[in-house]
Amino acid sequence: MQPSDLSAVDLVNAVRQGDLTAVRCTEAYLDRIAALDGSINAFLSVDREGSLRTAASIDERRKAGKPIGPLAGLPVAVKDALCTTDQPTTCASKMLAGFRPPYDAEVVARLRAADAVIVGKTNMDEFAMGGSNENSAFGPVHNPWDLARTPGGSSGGSAAAVAADMAPVAIGSDTGGSIRQPAGLCGITGLKPTYGRVSRRGLVAFASSLDQIGPMARSAADCALILSSIAGHDPGDATSLDAPVPSYTADLERPLEGVRIGRVAAHFGAGVDPEVAHAVEEAFAAFRAAGAIIKEIDLPHADAGVATYYLVAPCEASSNLARYDGAHYGHRAEPGKTSGGFESALVEMYCRSRAEGFGPEVKRRIMLGTYALSAGYYDAYYAKALRVRRLIRQDYLDAFAEVDLIGGPVSATAAFKLGEKTGDPLSMYLVDLYTVGTNLAGVGGISFPCGFTKSGLPIGFQLQGPALAEQLLLRAADRYQHLTDWHLRRPAIAAQRC
Amino acid sequence: MLIPHRPEPSPPLAILPTFVCPPERLSESVPDTASAPVTTTATTVPYTTVIGLEVHVQLQTQTKLFCGCSTKFGAPPNTQVCPTCLGLPGSLPVMNRKAFELAVRSALALDCRIASFTKWDRKNYFYPDLPKGYQISQFDLPFSSDGTLEVVDPKGAWSRKVGIIRVHLEEDAGKSMHDEASGVADTRIDLNRAGTPLCEIVTQPDLRSPQEARAWLNELKLLLVYLGVSDCNMQEGSLRVDANVNLHIPVDGGPDAGGRIAKTPIVEIKNMNSFRSVERALAYEAIRQYEEWQATKAEMGKTPKQTRGWDDPAGVTRAQRHKEESSDYRYFPEPDLVPVTVSDEWLAAARQAMGPPPAVLRQTLATTWKISSYDADVLVNQGGDLVAYFEELAGKVGEGKVASNWMQQDVLRTLNERGGTIGEFPVRPAALADLIGRVAKGDFDTSRAREIFAEVLASGRPIDDVVASMGIAAVDDDELVALCRALLAENPKVVADVKGGKEQAAAGLIGQAKKKNPNVNPGKVRAMCLDLIRQM
Ligand SMILES: [Zn+2]
Repeated sequence: MQPSDLSAVDLVNAVRQGDLTAVRCTEAYLDRIAALDGSINAFLSVDREGSLRTAASIDERRKAGKPIGPLAGLPVAVKDALCTTDQPTTCASKMLAGFRPPYDAEVVARLRAADAVIVGKTNMDEFAMGGSNENSAFGPVHNPWDLARTPGGSSGGSAAAVAADMAPVAIGSDTGGSIRQPAGLCGITGLKPTYGRVSRRGLVAFASSLDQIGPMARSAADCALILSSIAGHDPGDATSLDAPVPSYTADLERPLEGVRIGRVAAHFGAGVDPEVAHAVEEAFAAFRAAGAIIKEIDLPHADAGVATYYLVAPCEASSNLARYDGAHYGHRAEPGKTSGGFESALVEMYCRSRAEGFGPEVKRRIMLGTYALSAGYYDAYYAKALRVRRLIRQDYLDAFAEVDLIGGPVSATAAFKLGEKTGDPLSMYLVDLYTVGTNLAGVGGISFPCGFTKSGLPIGFQLQGPALAEQLLLRAADRYQHLTDWHLRRPAIAAQRC
Repeated sequence: MLIPHRPEPSPPLAILPTFVCPPERLSESVPDTASAPVTTTATTVPYTTVIGLEVHVQLQTQTKLFCGCSTKFGAPPNTQVCPTCLGLPGSLPVMNRKAFELAVRSALALDCRIASFTKWDRKNYFYPDLPKGYQISQFDLPFSSDGTLEVVDPKGAWSRKVGIIRVHLEEDAGKSMHDEASGVADTRIDLNRAGTPLCEIVTQPDLRSPQEARAWLNELKLLLVYLGVSDCNMQEGSLRVDANVNLHIPVDGGPDAGGRIAKTPIVEIKNMNSFRSVERALAYEAIRQYEEWQATKAEMGKTPKQTRGWDDPAGVTRAQRHKEESSDYRYFPEPDLVPVTVSDEWLAAARQAMGPPPAVLRQTLATTWKISSYDADVLVNQGGDLVAYFEELAGKVGEGKVASNWMQQDVLRTLNERGGTIGEFPVRPAALADLIGRVAKGDFDTSRAREIFAEVLASGRPIDDVVASMGIAAVDDDELVALCRALLAENPKVVADVKGGKEQAAAGLIGQAKKKNPNVNPGKVRAMCLDLIRQM
């Protein structure tokens, strides 16, 4: 049996029990990356030497009878938006090409402390802005199920890495759906925890009030394993929640008897692919069969979600990305190539460094946010967006008074073709339709496969839960995965022996 | 860190001042009554000067406002920095609770209302000494507002209550140093100061003269130093002042005579590096505005607010580039920080922990030690350490007035001559009290005590040593009788005069007695001589 045939839970158990060495496990995955990533482009950097060194030290400690961590020897692919001291952190931007942070993100530090092996950094939409991974400065990621299609975004590299078995688990970040949507399009499981559940320290900020880091894996059980190691209060992140961390793995087996799952009729309106709608309805039926109660509910302001999101997120991004000005680190334009017209050498450096360093989508959002925060427009745009955000949050609070979870599609269609939407930013923004509400409300959501299109593309199901309901989200997904085998299907490319 | 920078006639955007003025005392001299503000403006010029101040005070915390870096002044450039204050990707701020406490203490001392809920905002602008591209500040919900601070002339000639619009907390930027040597211009950035906690205090336009402004700043500085909020050291940039000033000019006899008040455009003055500069800049600006008004009749509201920089060596204000006034800071709530809530209990505790402000201390000193309010003012204006010295001394001497005289005539004069702080002053209160006690006992007189005091300061030796080495010994009664007998024998005219009823003639004997023995007590000599004459 190959290490890549095992779940993360089984891999860790095998390493801890000495049935498999961390080195062999890591090597197996590194070999798969070497063999497959040329056609997928999921990784921006792979640290073969470093990860084998880490793996060897774990094996040594185990042999010496010393304690090893709960993720011992588990290869993890980390989205390139999280700072790592031993590998570059670029956010898939030319602006940060080759940038090496002097510190590890809190999540990375926790993964290392748990003896995970960080094999590489994954591709993404530049600064996590996008839903197709086509906004990477280092080329798009190809969906392992169909290389001509997008893996989704912005954590597309992480999703594709897991889908193609180049890593058993990956870390993503989700600002408006960036974990759940690519998980859905790549046929894997991805969890966006409650805002504040996982420390954001060291996550390169896109929209601070929406960003949240989460696990992406083949199954809910594997996500639970990872979340147990990365969740919890961080005094270094003022927005981190100081709430106890329950055992996410212990509760998984409990049946879903009596759990109320809301169904929103509007999720099945115009624009939803019939194959997606069908698979999602089947999933509801499966949950009902598992003992859950399906209840119709309403999220009255869901329509305003995308508009609200595309004000709040760009406003924060315009400020968060102001630091990339060429002065202190990152890309700086070469002096002396000017066509003139700048009021000072300093302004010229700013303008040209940013013009050269950022891609078009990042620029578009910086301009949107700058405009919306400007004097005279603030009330009409940003302030209004905050008011609508409160209404959306209230919708969720009201809904969760009636149900325990809300179910529905992750996105309206399965993976679309690379290049299909690049000329039309608005249609691209609509891929976040079902996912942005979770972030605006600050609650949690999980996405997992619930079927396939006739052409063999995965379809995702989303469950959203109230604040700090990760245990229930993981349990519901895990129960579903005990009844179905969608999550066990692998794309043809993953079946290649390496 | 080097930033390409082309030499320009004036530095771009808002450049923080370079500090060149000589060190100043904790409290600068308060204007004397001859130039008392109210009289000056009312009688000698045909307008009222209207002044509001914006004061930035660096809080005395060990660490920065949003990270754990040291705030110590003077370290080599960029050695007190971390990912957060460097604005590195992914770094996050965490509020320094101590800074918030100090800020609240300042606001309480300024009689401000403390908000039960306050939040942080981002002020967005690009500048190389601002590595995040925004400053974390407070915009629409500052933690405090609506206070006052009164400054009172120690001689009671005038006083001025100045309203405080708001006090808010924010982080400082780094420092840019423009190096234009050898034709290659570079700007060097030092981020040690970036993230240091600052309190911004904004006053109402309640001040009415440059002298008042200076006196009020002295009082503010004294208050903040007393509360341990800031060292208010202007050379190190821990206190910075900008002033807004315009003139109210009666036209056609003013409102009383059916005319009106013309208001000149408000000018903001920057780059003032001492309170003296503030006073000079405001005085210059008042005259400049009056001349401009006479020439142009331009009034407020018709032109945008102007910013002018104070050129201290030249003694003039100069218009700064227009650019910075038109900036739009795109304030919005800082999403990386949570709002701060202040409970009544916490506030009560903060109030409790506060020492008395100078205004209260002046009254306490005056009533407790029965000294004049002028003397109390002089002592309090020297700072808390000196007041503590005085109170210890007065307690040991048992006479506030005597202790106060010694403080003002001897201790303060010496401090002024020698420099240094009262904490380092070599004669401690116990020793000085001992010296004063011996004068009271009649061991020697005050002028002799001053000689001893001077010698103790000069030599650093203990009082007893000095007394011994100067040959100062108490004169015993037998010695005194013998000396007086000899004196009377040598001065038959004095004896005759006294017998004739002119007791004051005995004063002529004192000088002679001192020549015979410098240790004799003049009072005792006089009394003994009178006694002896009576017995003759
Ligand atoms: Zn720092």
